[in-house]
Amino acid sequence: MKAETITGAEIVIRSLQKENVKFVFGYPGGAVLNIYDAIFKQNSFKHVLVRHEQAAVHAADAYSRATGDVGVALVTSGPGATNAVTGIATAHMDSIPMVIISGQVPTHAIGQDAFQECDTVGITRPCVKHNFLVKNIKNIASTIKKAFYLAATGRPGPVLVDIPKDITAETAEFIYPENITLRSYNPIKQGHSGQINKALELLINAEKPMVYSGGGVVLGDASEALTEFVQLLGFPITNTLMGLGGFPASHENFLGMLGMHGTYEANMAMQECDVLLAVGARFDDRVIGNPDHFLAKPKKIIHIDIDPASISKRVKIDIPIVGDVNLVLKELISTFKEQKNKNLKVSGSGWLKTINQWKSKDCMKFEDDGTEIKPQKVIQKLHEVTNGEAFITSDVGQHQMWAAQYYPFNKPRRWINSGGLGTMGVGLPYAMGCQLAFPDSQVACVTGEASIQMCIQELSTCKQFNLPVKIINLNNRYMGMVRQWQEFFYGNRYAESYMDALPDFVKLAESYGHVGMKIEKSSDIESALKEAFSPKLKERLVFLDFITDQTENVFPMVPNGKGLSEMILADGAEDL
Amino acid sequence: MENESGALSRVSGLFSARGYNIESLSVAPTQDQSLSRMTIVTSGSDEVIEQIIKQLNKLIDVVKVLDLHDGDHIERELVLVKLKANGRHRDEVQQLSNNFGGRIIDSSENILTIEFTGTSTELDNYLKSFNDSLIIEIVRTGASGIGRGDRILKI
Repeated sequence: MKAETITGAEIVIRSLQKENVKFVFGYPGGAVLNIYDAIFKQNSFKHVLVRHEQAAVHAADAYSRATGDVGVALVTSGPGATNAVTGIATAHMDSIPMVIISGQVPTHAIGQDAFQECDTVGITRPCVKHNFLVKNIKNIASTIKKAFYLAATGRPGPVLVDIPKDITAETAEFIYPENITLRSYNPIKQGHSGQINKALELLINAEKPMVYSGGGVVLGDASEALTEFVQLLGFPITNTLMGLGGFPASHENFLGMLGMHGTYEANMAMQECDVLLAVGARFDDRVIGNPDHFLAKPKKIIHIDIDPASISKRVKIDIPIVGDVNLVLKELISTFKEQKNKNLKVSGSGWLKTINQWKSKDCMKFEDDGTEIKPQKVIQKLHEVTNGEAFITSDVGQHQMWAAQYYPFNKPRRWINSGGLGTMGVGLPYAMGCQLAFPDSQVACVTGEASIQMCIQELSTCKQFNLPVKIINLNNRYMGMVRQWQEFFYGNRYAESYMDALPDFVKLAESYGHVGMKIEKSSDIESALKEAFSPKLKERLVFLDFITDQTENVFPMVPNGKGLSEMILADGAEDL
Repeated sequence: MENESGALSRVSGLFSARGYNIESLSVAPTQDQSLSRMTIVTSGSDEVIEQIIKQLNKLIDVVKVLDLHDGDHIERELVLVKLKANGRHRDEVQQLSNNFGGRIIDSSENILTIEFTGTSTELDNYLKSFNDSLIIEIVRTGASGIGRGDRILKI
């Protein structure tokens, strides 16, 4: 059969159809007008018109985080592409599979400082897994195929395809390649069996073992295998911020999140263990604090990761296992089951007892006299009202940490936040991506009055697409985390962290056609949440503006550059 | 690496973004026109070099990375140097150049241009043999490296 001859713009659309794309998040402009004209004529995917390109990329990113599919964003040249950069860098830091298609000025105009021209491939190069400038219509289909393949395989990440306007108007035969091979790109999948055996031996003989898992378990859909393996061994486990939900939080072996705002027991166990199994995690500064301090207590470390460059980057690894975390964990499980010697040394070591003593410190308790609204309590109530089943997105700051600490996640892909780049403003577009992917699920965006204003324009998108997101605004009139650092480390000099001239969020929500609520009393938290999630408001976006205790801090806290066991606890804060 | 536009900037960008040091870098296409070969001279602890190799391998355009220092290898760099060669200096410059195996490739009344090839250290020593006041201009290519004997970089 002879291939059909169609325009470059139609080739883009048909290629996206071949990749089973359901949603494209975007914003039109000059360089992508041909592509938008082709979108007008198709109905295989839904185009979601955002109000700012940054939000298009964030929403596509969240769609991917929630579903596991590749998220797709479409932006125009110049400012469209530069506005997308924050979103791309956010996805890159958290290894989220995405394809971003950007328009470019016509090929003959490239380099002429044309209207809305920028070097998109150059600007995005450091924050993508890979990018392409397509200079010939014949390469559009194969480049898009490569982009999806690269985005989704190996260590995932965003891939950008920059397409000049003139080639979207030309015509060519549409041939979509079935398979792609790249001689320079062959991600390792299976773990090395010798390494797996060595790792098992170490784990069996560990007296004080610890498991630490990260975003790789969520991205690699390995949470079932991880749970089974940890259950087989009976070891304690912690999750990173990105790894929450990768292991069920309600499981008795779970010690909570670790790191800068991790639990006392998780951080102490990380520090004191003799054998550490790291799964899809990267030992970053917010997670292990000072690496020298972390290694001052000798321990053997096994590290499973798909990215060889993650191995021994910040911390020297004793037994690296490069491979797909899910396949490696399954291999570990089956090899363990075949072992003759299953006598785990941990059972007689008293380690679990020590951990229970750490737990009894109850590091997450907070003072609540029932008058002022405690942000932690809002999150606890949110957990109750949603039965722990909601998709929770967050922005960045104190509210993000409280959401991570007080909303236990039992399933992966339910906790959607910007861990690596720490991008304020992601919360609302993240909620849009989740709600579009799961229209019948509850989606809550936990945010603060500072973060929410960074992408507040998306309230309009939510109205247009009827996205009944519940916005939990923990409004303390401060950039809370900045204020906390200024209180602890800058002598209470609150430089530019007070949020002055705030809008009336209730009226703001109403002006966009949504429901607004202002909650000022602790006793009203639960009823407000119940109302927001009630059948009556099921179809509506509700903006809940919680006026919270202004000076509440996030505890425990490992100060920057300190070791994991050097935490500040809530009751020790007066000594600062 | 793939002989693609932008491949060089991906490599140089990686070095600057991650704070690795590039002492020299030379690149040109190979006998297979779809591939370029790049020689990078860098320095760092074993851990840093290991990370550099891993990070380079991660770049999609990079097909294969070989640490030439892991085995026997040959390394060559070319320098073109323009030297003041008027009057009494002319004989001295010619003499020195010949002694070290340089080759005069251009000459005018007051200036001699010499080409010299060797390891980077040999180039350093060669250039040191001339009085600074004689050197008008220097251009160096950066080192190119290749394995010795049967040591071959194949893809």
